[in-house]
Amino acid sequence: MSAQSCLEANDWICGEYVRTRGQELLDATVQHVGITLVSVVIGLLIAFPLALTARRWRAAAGPVLGLTTILYTVPSLAMFALLTPVFGVSAAVVVTGLVLYSLTILVRNILAGLESVPREVREAARGMGYGPVRLLFGVELPLALPALTAGLRIATVSTVAMTTIGAVVGYGGLGNLISSGMEGFFKAEVLTASVLCVLLAVVADVLLIGLQRLLTPWTRAQARARSRARRERRAAGRTAKKAVA
Amino acid sequence: MDAITGAWDWLAASANWAGEKGVWHRLGEHVYLSAMCLAISCLIALPVALYLGHIGKGGALAVNISNVGRAVPTFAVLVLLTLSPLGTAGDWPTITALVLFAVPPLLTNAYVGMREADRDVVEAARGMGMSGPQLLLRVELPLAYPLIMTGLRSAGVQVVATATLAALAGGGGLGRIITAGFGNYNTPQVVAGAVLVAVLALLVEGLLVLTDRAFDPMRRGRGRVRKSRTAADDAAPAGSPA
Repeated sequence: MSAQSCLEANDWICGEYVRTRGQELLDATVQHVGITLVSVVIGLLIAFPLALTARRWRAAAGPVLGLTTILYTVPSLAMFALLTPVFGVSAAVVVTGLVLYSLTILVRNILAGLESVPREVREAARGMGYGPVRLLFGVELPLALPALTAGLRIATVSTVAMTTIGAVVGYGGLGNLISSGMEGFFKAEVLTASVLCVLLAVVADVLLIGLQRLLTPWTRAQARARSRARRERRAAGRTAKKAVA
Repeated sequence: MDAITGAWDWLAASANWAGEKGVWHRLGEHVYLSAMCLAISCLIALPVALYLGHIGKGGALAVNISNVGRAVPTFAVLVLLTLSPLGTAGDWPTITALVLFAVPPLLTNAYVGMREADRDVVEAARGMGMSGPQLLLRVELPLAYPLIMTGLRSAGVQVVATATLAALAGGGGLGRIITAGFGNYNTPQVVAGAVLVAVLALLVEGLLVLTDRAFDPMRRGRGRVRKSRTAADDAAPAGSPA
């Protein structure tokens, strides 16, 4: 009886809801993760050549950055609405909208990352006989990774949040539950889905930080070297002080 | 192409502009919600950011608030507030949710702008015997102006965009035209609503750019200001489209 009461009382937090509707929650989460993942991956695949083009031809940089920024100001509800006549009511509407938004952040960050590669490094690699492709993938891209992952993290986290708006065409992952919970005035459903959505964003962010650490082991080596140097300096300072005393 | 001519026909029909559910009424609601929320957000965020920037504390707080804001779905907050006791208070769930999302970009940009005000100039002014408030209003604030305005612009556009979502939670605004169109399987209406919203968002962006120019405290030193502004614009936009 008492287990049933939180559903009947329409409490915000309800374990019974999670137990009885576990499958529904799981399905919505899977849809949410799927839409986010596909959008970010496609966004990355489009943003990379765009950023390269903008870097290669200065004249292209303005239009590319300007266009993606204008896309960013279009509200998501309007974006999904504009895409429905093109794709019909389908997941493609949501994915395309989210891809267009992620481009703004990804293009800028990839561009900034590539431009932060020191000129000497590039010259040195070229002097060692690196061709343009090997230079890009072997030298520039790894060095641009921190800026790139910073952009990827922002894009992913906001994509997770924006996927919920896909509920308007029925492909919003956890947003579908929020929407149906609102219609039925079902508080536990709304709160559980909202919390899961935020958790998803946090988990995605942590995973990307981990990925970056795995891919850029040298930054950790540098940090270790710096802290070791600091420790040694401090130790040296202490011995010096002792010597004076 | 049917959708585009259909949307045009929808917009051309004067019946769609009049009345409780007409474009004019929804546009009025949208502008009211956005302006109200932008004003409240400025009143909350700017004094806090200017003070924290002046004393040089709370940087981590400003950045973290802005990052957390990205992870929270606007739609979820709107629905949660609508279902909460606040839900019976008319527009207030919408306004509260919009303020929650407009404060982070305003706060972060104003704080960063204050911190990045040229330290040498600030020190020189202090050396000339300026008091704290004088320093804040006459030196740091004018120097921080470009970044504060960038924040205001991203917050303004974000608010107009987010106000669209109020419709999903049963609130007013132009989003209602889109959601009503989805509800009736009326694609021309959906597209017409989207066009209206997009045009409004771009208009607001343009209006804020003009405001920015008009109130620029360093119009005479425009070259320098413009340089710092483009640097700020090149950074990724502070908000997320809602």
